[in-house]
Amino acid sequence: MSIDIDINKRLSNFCLHMSFREDSKRIGVLGASGAGKSMMLKMLAGIEKPDNGKIILDNRVLFDSEDHINLKPQKRNVGYLFQNYALFPNMTVSQNIAAGLKGDKEKVRSRVSEMVQKFRLTGLEDSLPGKLSGGQQQRAALARIMAYEPEMILLDEPFSALDVYLKDRMQEELMEMLSDYDGTVIMVSHSRDEIYRFSDTLAVVDEGKIISHGDTRKIFAQPETKAAAVLTGCKNISRAEIADPHVIKAVDWGITLKVKQVIPENIRYIGYRAHQFKPVWGSREENCVRFDLLSKAELQFEKNFYVKPESGSCDRDSMITWFVQRDKWDELKEKGYPDYLMFVEEDMLFLR
Amino acid sequence: MEELSIFLARLDWSPLWISLKTGVAATIICFFLGILAARKVMEMTGPAKAIVDGILTLPMVLPPTVAGFFLLLLFSKRRPLGIFLWEGFGIKVVQSWLGCIIAASVIAFPLMYRNARSAFELVDINLIHAGRTLGMSETKIFFKVVLPTAGPGIAGGTILTFARALGEFGATSMLAGNISGKTATISQRIAMVLQDQDYLTAGIWVGIVMIIAFMVIFLFNLVVGKTSKNVHRW
Repeated sequence: MSIDIDINKRLSNFCLHMSFREDSKRIGVLGASGAGKSMMLKMLAGIEKPDNGKIILDNRVLFDSEDHINLKPQKRNVGYLFQNYALFPNMTVSQNIAAGLKGDKEKVRSRVSEMVQKFRLTGLEDSLPGKLSGGQQQRAALARIMAYEPEMILLDEPFSALDVYLKDRMQEELMEMLSDYDGTVIMVSHSRDEIYRFSDTLAVVDEGKIISHGDTRKIFAQPETKAAAVLTGCKNISRAEIADPHVIKAVDWGITLKVKQVIPENIRYIGYRAHQFKPVWGSREENCVRFDLLSKAELQFEKNFYVKPESGSCDRDSMITWFVQRDKWDELKEKGYPDYLMFVEEDMLFLR
Repeated sequence: MEELSIFLARLDWSPLWISLKTGVAATIICFFLGILAARKVMEMTGPAKAIVDGILTLPMVLPPTVAGFFLLLLFSKRRPLGIFLWEGFGIKVVQSWLGCIIAASVIAFPLMYRNARSAFELVDINLIHAGRTLGMSETKIFFKVVLPTAGPGIAGGTILTFARALGEFGATSMLAGNISGKTATISQRIAMVLQDQDYLTAGIWVGIVMIIAFMVIFLFNLVVGKTSKNVHRW
């Protein structure tokens, strides 16, 4: 199983250029809304046509502008789970599942009932999609895709239309239903939690380009670029200047950080995740910053503090977000606000 | 009462049948042409789309007599197309029932075309994409997904088309004339008998037209009203 993509398309506000090769079976594509993620999926499925390039799925050419190959969506054997599921509203669940199936009636019927069982739709066979709950619709849409055994499945923001409390259940359900599927699955999302949970490898997309590509967990741990850091949820990013190989100045925060490792020369930003600050009481240690509290927000399981570093610049870029999880609240209550926040070297993100 | 029944028995009922026949024939023609035109125009882009759309909608906006004028220009036996049809195939459009159908079709066509188009435009494009990725052929997608989804809008358009074709007056009288038993429709008969101050006959025909019109509106609401269950409108 492999997917090999190299596609270009001119869009109204930017040029989409995506090129990657991936052997992993669960691929996540993370990007902000309008970054070109859905467009990429549509080009894989054959709904949209790239201006040029090629798409190869398991040595099968789906699109090649040089050889004038552009397989119709009907011939690509690629399943597409739409954001709104796109179940045919005039057909029952069974008819929806059977819609793409060919061959003699008996075969189709047994395939449909197999899918109905597998996707826990028993009893809903004759219902119209309008009568189904969100979860049932997702299962029906997935059953319809799986029924004709696609080589690859594309998931286009599958959970974005759902209530928060349903999301978690349905993410679990989707993972479970896909667990015995052999082919490649590509999930596009702007939610880092969904992507982190689902994908083995990850492509981070910004303005139509892939800015990071690799193992999901590695990219979340070390995003390497500013855009990838933001998309993977890093709240604090400052412009940075390298003073010498072991000293980096965070310009917006007005602090100088000393590290043991050698900082690569092409680093332009430094990032630090809000959860990872170490509060320090008493005497100042290395890489500590004194701060003024600007505001705070109390959530169910964490407290968010928005602070201004002592010698940070005046604009909002200098603000630092510090999240404290519930289990640390007692310490905070007992000792009061810390005198300093400490940047731990292992958690610093050096970004391009 | 007895007088009325004698009067009704003596009444020439041919206008009712001519109107109904014309309405049905024109509706069938408009149904297929309207859907076809709607699909073709939707595929167009840019100024061509606006121009073609304008031309196809024109008969709805123009006074029917203007449409009648153009139809006469086209089909008159002294004009190329008229000569060609008459000498080549023995087909006479002017002063014939065929003229009734053509006039009614031209006038009613925009109703079918417009309604079909807005019905198609309401179909979620993802349904079509889904059909394609599921390997359904374009024809199958059109007949199994698009048409049923757009169904109520198309049915509504068909009913309005029938109503408009049934009552056509201006273009019909110019192209087909008012030949009793041949091209005299209800609307033409009403106009004619009123010229002779025959208010009773006119009144009876008016009553019949009103009954038909009411049934059409009732049917329309029944068909189109059904769909809006899950939609909240203002």
